[in-house]
Amino acid sequence: MGRTLAEKVWDDHVVRRAQGEPDLLFIDLHLLHEVTSPQAFDGLRKDGRRVRRLDLTIATEDHNTPTLDIDKPIADPVSRAQLETLRKNCAEFGVRLHPLGDVEQGVVHVVGPQLGLTQPGTTVVCGDSHTSTHGAFGALAFGIGTSQVEHVLATQTLPMARPKTMAITVDGELPDGVTAKDLILAIIAKIGTGGGQGYVLEYRGPAIEKLSMEARMTICNMSIEAGARAGMIAPDETTFAYLKGRPHAPEGADWDAAVAYWRTLRTDDDAVFDAEVVIDAAALSPFVTWGTNPGQGAPLSASVPDPASYEDASERFAAEKALEYMGLEAGQPLRAITVDTVFVGSCTNGRIEDLRAAADVVRGRKVADGVRMLVVPGSARVGLQAVSEGLDVVFKDAGAEWRHAGCSMCLGMNPDQLAPGERSASTSNRNFEGRQGKGGRTHLVSPQVAAATAVLGHLASPADLSDAATRTPAGV
Amino acid sequence: MEAFTTHTGRAVPLRRSNVDTDQIIPAHWLKKVTRDGFEDGLFEAWRKDPEFVLNRPERQGATVLVAGPDFGTGSSREHAVWALQNYGFKTVISSRFADIFRGNSLKNGLLTVVLEQKTVDALWELTEADPTAEVTVDLEAREVRAAGVTAAFELDENSRWRLLNGLDDISLTLRNEDDIAAYEARRPSHKPRTLQT
Repeated sequence: MGRTLAEKVWDDHVVRRAQGEPDLLFIDLHLLHEVTSPQAFDGLRKDGRRVRRLDLTIATEDHNTPTLDIDKPIADPVSRAQLETLRKNCAEFGVRLHPLGDVEQGVVHVVGPQLGLTQPGTTVVCGDSHTSTHGAFGALAFGIGTSQVEHVLATQTLPMARPKTMAITVDGELPDGVTAKDLILAIIAKIGTGGGQGYVLEYRGPAIEKLSMEARMTICNMSIEAGARAGMIAPDETTFAYLKGRPHAPEGADWDAAVAYWRTLRTDDDAVFDAEVVIDAAALSPFVTWGTNPGQGAPLSASVPDPASYEDASERFAAEKALEYMGLEAGQPLRAITVDTVFVGSCTNGRIEDLRAAADVVRGRKVADGVRMLVVPGSARVGLQAVSEGLDVVFKDAGAEWRHAGCSMCLGMNPDQLAPGERSASTSNRNFEGRQGKGGRTHLVSPQVAAATAVLGHLASPADLSDAATRTPAGV
Repeated sequence: MEAFTTHTGRAVPLRRSNVDTDQIIPAHWLKKVTRDGFEDGLFEAWRKDPEFVLNRPERQGATVLVAGPDFGTGSSREHAVWALQNYGFKTVISSRFADIFRGNSLKNGLLTVVLEQKTVDALWELTEADPTAEVTVDLEAREVRAAGVTAAFELDENSRWRLLNGLDDISLTLRNEDDIAAYEARRPSHKPRTLQT
């Protein structure tokens, strides 16, 4: 019987398989950041262990880093201490680190791919649940806890139970104006936040094959929001073209050998998935969340649902709690929801293509009065690229704030936070209570919807901006 | 890791589904670089409400958390497990846990027990009606027992063995050092490296 993509990559990394034990998997790439690594390094130190494979390990700073005044000492002493701890640990153990201010610094899941370190058929781990992002390359990539970070540092392996596989086939073609973010939000709403538990998801089908690498990363990034540790997309010419010439991409004979191997990384025709879901791309439209988990979403054209419409008691209760927290009424049109803040950035939507999409919408327009729009590139390199294209000027002219790279308002570990009761349209990945700041209310959206929302002050898509009056002619 | 064999204690019924790790321990607590001192951050936002179940006097000293489905979703932060343990919980019961949280809990000796929702409902009813009711989680017998409730639970043999003996995963893996070295020797040269060696 044939094997799925996930099974092929899994099998290629089994160091040891024994009856009654989890497989011992080799890890090709271990990404570190300041939040989930200090206790792991402490563990190594306590037991007198070293980092087994420094050449498969890389660290950057992202969760705590400020997005303003990055040349000044970090104001928050606790954040500063955590970053200093990472620097000390990397120096002591010899780990390559890209600290704040370095041109390769940025959100860890943006940095790996842009360096060409994330490659098809590799295993990638990081103490961060959005490690699933790297699956866009046909890598088996998943988030781990700090105990596992220590385990990988010490052994370059992880004991893992073999996951089940789920095919998410996206048929047809995404309509104009419908993005990867809308697609993944719709998938999560369909299968639920627990729907992917125990599975590796494989996104496939014509609509997926047409997506750019950036869009594929957006999709795989949010696999964890459906409960799946990992999501994958089979590598193809789009993948190879993205990788070619990147700093850590193979060269010469190694490139040829790599591509030959990568071409084998497709689910066999006779392989059987443990579960299958089919989505019709043509039926989709811009999608936003109204609740406090990423599964509580609906098309932008819809209204806030009535909790009473849920048959399941626990879902009904969850919807009631969510509306209460979000300050929304059942039946309210989603387009009528006004926001205070718009956040464009994160490992979900902080890549260059996302910034271009948002810039295209706000170009020549103004952010609505009373709305704060924050644009935070996913990495310092993405920021530089955006500046070279003049996108920073587009954002600033529109009245948005152009910031330095980092996780920023996705989780508010740095000063970029919502105040209690404030409402955002955010291109990030989680609308949990308090995620973007205590008492803050989050609507997850695509970069295009974020930008249109910034201009109109209420949840909106670029199609709502067709009125020429919202755009001032260039040079005026 | 501390071994887990059997535990008996009073319970906290938490009637909420989709309790994400941002609720268990908010991000600002993640700036700490230790594994302890997280108890005050546990469910920090909800604990501002004096009526929140954890704040009730009759729940003080409880060690068994009985939660709704999809407990521990979201972020991979192991701090969520440490916060529950630092607060005093020894075990969490739910009909469904998020994968990463489950893995983290079992690596730290916090036993996460999966029971059918109807059993969780029975435990909620029992412990809400009688806050002094005790719940026993017996890993040796793989069974949860309380007044009127006896329910078997599944846990794979390997995880159970490691928990019962409090074994350190890294030491176990390093017994297979030769297998790791042999695998490393046969890795293709086109695989990426972060350092030039």
